[in-house]
Amino acid sequence: MEKRGRTLLAKIWDQHVIAHVSDDTDLLHVDRHLLHDLGGSRGLLDLKGRNLPVHNPELTFATPDHAISSARGRAGTSKTGQELLEGLRVETSASGIAMFDIDEPGQGIVHVIGPELGLSLPGCLIVCGDSHTCTHGGLGALAFGIGSSELTHVLATQALIQRRPKTMRVKFEGRLSSGVTAKDLILALIGHVGAAGGTGYAVEYAGSAIRDMPIEGRLTICNLSIELGAKMGMIAPDEKTYEYIRGRRYAPQGEIWQRAADAWRQLPSDPDAVFDREVVIDVETIIPQVTWGISPEHVVGVDGYVPDPAAIADPARRAAIETAIDYMGLKPGAPIIGTPVDWVFIGSCTNSRLSDLRAAAEIARGRKVAPGVRAWVVPGSETIKRDAVAEGLDKLFTDAGFEWREPGCSMCLAANGEIVAPGQRSVSTSNRNFIGRQGPRARTHLASPATAAASAISGAIADVRTMER
Amino acid sequence: MPKPFTRLSAIAAPIMRSNIDTDVVIRIERLVGTSVRGTLGKWAFGSLRYLPDGSENPEFILNREPYRQAEILITGPNFGCGSSREGAVWSLQELGIRAIIGSGFGDIFFANCFQNGILPIVVDKAIVDGLAAEVESTQGAGRVSVDLEEQTITSPSGQRHSFEIDPRRRAGLLKGLDEVALTLQRDAEICAFQAADRMARPWIHFAGKSA
Repeated sequence: MEKRGRTLLAKIWDQHVIAHVSDDTDLLHVDRHLLHDLGGSRGLLDLKGRNLPVHNPELTFATPDHAISSARGRAGTSKTGQELLEGLRVETSASGIAMFDIDEPGQGIVHVIGPELGLSLPGCLIVCGDSHTCTHGGLGALAFGIGSSELTHVLATQALIQRRPKTMRVKFEGRLSSGVTAKDLILALIGHVGAAGGTGYAVEYAGSAIRDMPIEGRLTICNLSIELGAKMGMIAPDEKTYEYIRGRRYAPQGEIWQRAADAWRQLPSDPDAVFDREVVIDVETIIPQVTWGISPEHVVGVDGYVPDPAAIADPARRAAIETAIDYMGLKPGAPIIGTPVDWVFIGSCTNSRLSDLRAAAEIARGRKVAPGVRAWVVPGSETIKRDAVAEGLDKLFTDAGFEWREPGCSMCLAANGEIVAPGQRSVSTSNRNFIGRQGPRARTHLASPATAAASAISGAIADVRTMER
Repeated sequence: MPKPFTRLSAIAAPIMRSNIDTDVVIRIERLVGTSVRGTLGKWAFGSLRYLPDGSENPEFILNREPYRQAEILITGPNFGCGSSREGAVWSLQELGIRAIIGSGFGDIFFANCFQNGILPIVVDKAIVDGLAAEVESTQGAGRVSVDLEEQTITSPSGQRHSFEIDPRRRAGLLKGLDEVALTLQRDAEICAFQAADRMARPWIHFAGKSA
C-alpha cells in the first residue's frame, strides 16, 4: 500500500479531530482560545444569555488591545472602549478565565502576547475572533480567525466545525538583500499571487529564507497570510522555535517539555508530502516594498511606480486601479518614492515586536522626524515596552521626534479612535491599506518598520537602503 | 438562531469592484460596543453610501431605485476579504440582504454568512458577470431567483445556473439550525477526546498550572 507523505497541516489537523462530520469536515478541538476587548465580553455575555458555562476556561485567555487608548495612562479611551474593558474584566473573572490587564506584563496585542507568554505552541490549534490569528502559525501552530458566532461556539464547546482547506506551499529561497525584511517578503508574495491567491488554502511557508529567519520575522510572515486570502499560515517548527519558546511563562517545563519537544519534532511536512499548489519566490530579487493602493496586492518595490491605468486593457482592472489611485491621491505613473507623508505608524500585530522596534530605532538613531510629520511607536505588548525601555529605545525614539505610546492595536484599525485625519497620508507597519482603515479617507502605505522609520525622517516615502549605516 | 433560507426571488444589486473588504462593508467604530446589533444597517457600505458631508451618494447603487430594495448582492471577486468582523454580515442582514452571489469570498466572511442565515453562492465569474449585466439591462427591475433546495440561480430572463454548496451548510440554512446546540449534543465525544488528550499532550491542558 502506498503511504503518501503528510503535510504539517494534515498532522496537526488529524490530532485535533474529535469527530468526522462529513468527508472533508471535522469537529476539531481548540487548544487555545484568545479573547480581546472588542469581541470577548460580547461572546461571554452571549453564552450567559443562553445559560451555558464556558466549556474550558483554563484554555481561554484574554487581554484588552483593540479599543483601549495608547496614550499614557490610557487617557482618551472612549466611553464604549471603557465599557468593553470593564465587560472583559467582569465576564472573564466570572468565568474563571485568565486576563492580562493593562499595565501588567502579559497585556498587549493578542497575537503578540500568545507567542510571548508561551501560550502559542507548535502543533497547537489556536483561534481568536480576529483574522490575524494566522500570526501564531509562525511557531508551527494551526491558528485562524473566527467570527462572533464561532467564538460563542468555541466558548460553549471548546470545539469548532471546520472544512479541511487545500494546501499551498510557498518557498522563499535565497538570502535577503540589504534593507529587506520579513514584511517585504510577504508583501512581495501578496503582490505576486494577489489578495485572493490563498483563498481556501492553508499556506505553509518554507525555503531557506524561512529557515534562516528569526521567529519574530516568521510571525510577521504568517500574520499577512489573511491578506493573500489564506485564513491559516504556518511554518514548520525547528530548533529556533524551541529555543524561542523554552522558559516562557506558560511553556511546558522539565519532563513535560521533553515530551512536548519530541512530539513537535514529528510535525514538519514529510519530504514526499504533496501540496495542492506550490509557489517559489526568489528572495534575492526582492527589494523593500511599499503599497500604493487600497489592497495589500497593490504593492511595488520602493523604486517602483504608481501604475498607469491607461496602459491596462481590461476595463474592470483599469477601473479598479483608477479607483485606488483616486482614493490615494496619487498620480498615475509617478514614482512611489518621494511621496510626501503626514503620519508614520510603527506598531500592530504585524510589526510591533522588539526586533521591529530595534530595526526602526537603528534608522531613527541620531536623526529627526521631518517637520510636519507625526510619527508614533506603539509597542506590541507591555513586556516589549519594558524591554525596549530597558534598552533605551523609548528615549532614542523620543529624541528623534517620535511619540512613544502604550501597547495595543492603536492606529492599525483605529477602533480606539486613534485615526489618521481625512486625506492625510500614512506610512504604516500594519497589515491593511483598505479604504478608511486608519480613519475615514485616510491614505495608508504599508511598509516595514525600517522603511517606515526612514520615511518619517525623510518626510516622504523613502528607500531605507540609502539610510542604512 | 438563524432564520431558515429556502428560496428567494428578489431585486439584486451588482457591486462588482474586486476585493471589497469587510472594513468597507462596516467601519470598525460602528462595532465598538456591547449592543451594536440592530444599529448597523444604516452604516453598511458607509464609505460608499455617504458623501463626506453625511448625505447620500446618489451614484452608489444601493441609494438608487429599485436597488434600495435589494435582497441579493451580486459581487466582484474576493468580496468580504479582510477582517473577521461578523458585524459585516450583521450590517448586510440589517440592510435586508439574504443572499450574495460572487466568484469567491473571504473565507471567514463566507463562514460568518451561514451563521446568520445569509446564503453566499460561489459560481464562475462568467455567470456572475452575466447576471450583473442582465440585471443592469433591466435597470434592476429584473428579479433574480435563488433556490437552495434545488441549488439553482435563475436570471431575470430565465437562465438557470446550478451551484455547489457544502451539504452540511445547506441543511443548516434550510432548517435554520443552531450549531452550538448541535455540537453540545456531542459533548460526551468532546469530553472523551479531552480525557485522552490530557494524557497525550499535557502541555496543552495544564499550561496555567506551570505559570
